Amino acid sequence: MTANPLLMGHPLSSPEHAKHALLYMYRIRKFEEAVEDLFGRGMMHGTMHLSIGQEAGPTGACLALQITDQITSTHRGHGHCIAKGADLTRMMAELLGKKIGYCGGRGGSMHIADAETGNLGANGVVGGGIPIAAGAALAAKMRKSGTVAVSFFGDGAMNEGAFHEAANMAAIWNLPLILFCENNKYGMSSSTEKAFKLENLADRGKGYGIPGVTVDGNDVVAVYEAAEAAVARARNGEGPTLIESVTYRWKGHSRSDKNLYRTKEEIEEWKDKDPIPNFIHKVLDKGILTQEQIEEIQKVSTEQIMQAVKEAAAAESATPDGLLEAVFKAVSA
Amino acid sequence: MSDRMLTMAEAVREAMTIAMEEREEVFILGEDIGIYGGAFGVTGDLYHRFGPERVLDTPISELGIVGAAVGAALSGMRPIVEIQFSDFTAQAMDQIANQAAKIHFMLGGALHVPLVLRTPQGSGTGAAAQHSQNLEPWFASVPGLKVVVPSNPADAKGLLLAAIDDPNPVIFLEHKLLYKIPGRDPVPEGATRIPLGVSKVVRTGKDLTIVATGIMVNKSFEVAEKLSAEGISIELIDPRTISPLDTAPIFESVEKTGRLMVVQEGPSHAGYINEVIAQVSGSACFGNLIAPIKRLAGMNIPIPYAPQLEKVAVPQIADIEAAAREIVKNWR
Ligand SMILES: Cc1ncc(C[n+]2csc(CCOP(=O)(O)OP(=O)(O)O)c2C)c(N)n1
Ligand SMILES: [Mg+2]
Repeated sequence: MTANPLLMGHPLSSPEHAKHALLYMYRIRKFEEAVEDLFGRGMMHGTMHLSIGQEAGPTGACLALQITDQITSTHRGHGHCIAKGADLTRMMAELLGKKIGYCGGRGGSMHIADAETGNLGANGVVGGGIPIAAGAALAAKMRKSGTVAVSFFGDGAMNEGAFHEAANMAAIWNLPLILFCENNKYGMSSSTEKAFKLENLADRGKGYGIPGVTVDGNDVVAVYEAAEAAVARARNGEGPTLIESVTYRWKGHSRSDKNLYRTKEEIEEWKDKDPIPNFIHKVLDKGILTQEQIEEIQKVSTEQIMQAVKEAAAAESATPDGLLEAVFKAVSA
Repeated sequence: MSDRMLTMAEAVREAMTIAMEEREEVFILGEDIGIYGGAFGVTGDLYHRFGPERVLDTPISELGIVGAAVGAALSGMRPIVEIQFSDFTAQAMDQIANQAAKIHFMLGGALHVPLVLRTPQGSGTGAAAQHSQNLEPWFASVPGLKVVVPSNPADAKGLLLAAIDDPNPVIFLEHKLLYKIPGRDPVPEGATRIPLGVSKVVRTGKDLTIVATGIMVNKSFEVAEKLSAEGISIELIDPRTISPLDTAPIFESVEKTGRLMVVQEGPSHAGYINEVIAQVSGSACFGNLIAPIKRLAGMNIPIPYAPQLEKVAVPQIADIEAAAREIVKNWR
C-alpha cells in the first residue's frame, strides 16, 4: 500500500511542494492510463470516466486543504480521490471488484469514498454531491470544527436544480463551502456554448451574492491560488466561493463515446495545453526542481501505480456473502 | 407478414420515427439525444432526420426537462422525454408524480397530459447502484401514470406507438440489456399499435404459469424451452403494462396450471409482482392453486458493482430454472 502524506501550500513555495504537485498530477494521469489499459484488456468491468488532461484542478485545489477538510466528488472522480490522499491500491482494488477495495467491490469507480482523507464520495448522479457538500459545510459551521468543504462538479452539473439550491443555501448561511466547477467544456456531448448563455460560468456567483472566479484549470498554480483564497474566506466565516476551473477532457465521456460532437483539432489543441509540462516548465524556469528530480518523480509515480495494480490484482475478490447485512449499519443496543 | 428482425433500440426508434412523421406535435427531448444519438444509441440518426427542434438536446436538468414536457403537453404538443437512466427520474419525480400524474383528475378533467417518458432501466452493465435500478413500483404506485415494460422489439414498437397516442402520461421502461439483441419475433412494418393494458400469453403450457415482464420474459422463455424437454410444460404470461394490469389471462392460466411463479428483476419488497400475487389471491382462481405461489425477485439490496456480486443480486436463468423445476416436482 502507498502512504499519502498530505501537504499544503503553494506549489512553487519549495522544492517539496513542487514535487508534491507534480507527483500527484502524475499519479492521477498514470492511474487513469492504467485503468484505461485494464479496460482495454477486458480486465475491468462496467464503465469509466477519465479525467486525463484535468489533473491540475484537483491537485491544485487539494494543496489548499487539510486532511480533515471534506470533499464531494463526481463520476469523474479518480483525480479528486487521489489528490485528497487516497490509497492507490485500495482504489485500484475497488475498480477490480476486490474485497480490500474502498467499497468492498460494491461501488466501483463511481462511488469511491474515503473517510480518512475527508472524501465523502464520488457520485453517479450529476450534481448529487453539491448539496451534500453544503451539508458538510453546515455541520462544520455548527460544530465549529474549523474545516471547509469543497464540492467538485462539472459544468454540466451547474444546470441541475441541486447546484442552485445548494449554492443559495450556502450563500445565505455563509457556509464554509467551495463550489469547484471543473469546466471541461462539455457535459457528455453538450458543449457549454449549447448549455449556457454565459461565457464565464463563474458569473453565476453574482446570482447568489457570492464571489465567482474563473481560473486556468490547466495551471496548478493558478488553481491553488484561487482555492487558497476561497478556503481562507471560508475559514474566516465569510461564506462560499464559486471557482470555475477551465480545463478539457482528452478522452471520451465514457467508454462508449464516439466523440461525434467535437473535432480532433480541438482535442489536439487542448493536448498542447497539458497541465503537466505546463507546470514542469514553470519549476524548471524558476530553478525549483532539476530535470533529474523531475524524471525521478515521474519514475516514482509510475512505480507506485504499477505496484498498486499488482497488489490490487493479487488481492482476494469480493464475495457475495453478507450483501443483505450490508444494506444497513447495525443499530447499536 | 414481414420477417424483419430488429433490436429493441431499432424498434423504439422506428416507432418514434413513425409517430413524428404522422404528427407534427410529436417531438423528443432529453440529454445527448441529438448528435450523440442517445446514451444507448436509441435516438440514433433521428437528429439528422428531424432536426434540432424536434430532437431537442437539453441541459442536464431532469426536473426542467419533464416539467417542460408537461407544459408542452398541456399546450398541444406530444413530447417524448428520454431520461438517460431511469435512476434519474428521481430528479424529475415532482413533475412525474405530483404534476403529470394528477393534472387530469385533480383539475376536474379540464386539462390532460399526453406525454411519454422513455427510460432505460435494469442491471447487468457494471454501472453500480445509481445506474442499475428497476423502479417499476415507484411509478406503478402513482394513480394517473400508465407504466409499460416491453420485453421484445415487436411489442416495444407497437406499445410505444400506442403510448404516444394515449392522452395520458405513460412511463416506458426499457431494459438496457435488451437494446442490442434482436427479438424472437419479427417486427411488422407500418404503424400497428398494440393497446396498453393487454397481457400477452407468450407461450402456452399446462404445469406452471410464469408471469414476467421485460428481460425476465426472455430468461423465463429460455427456461420454459429447456424444461419442456424434461416434460415440464410452462405457460408464460407477459403483462406488458403493469399499470393498468390485465389480470384475466393470468387468472385463466392459473386455473389451468394450478401453479404460479412471478419473476421480476427489482427487489422483492413492495415490487409490482406482489400486486399480481394479491390479485390472484383475491380471485376465484386461487382455489385452483395446488402449490404455494413462488416469488422470484432481486435481493433487497442496491445493485453492487463487481460482476460476481451484481449477478447474485438479480434472478438469473439458473435461478428461474431451479425454482420452476422445484415447484412442479414438489407439488403434484
Ligand atoms: C442526474 C444525472 N443526469 C444525467 C446523468 C448522466 N451523465 C453522467 S455524466 C454526464 C455529464 C456530466 O457533465 P459534467 O457535469 O460537465 O461533468 P463531466 O462529465 O464533464 O466531468 C451525464 C449527462 C447522471 N449521471 N446523473
Ligand atoms: Mg463537463
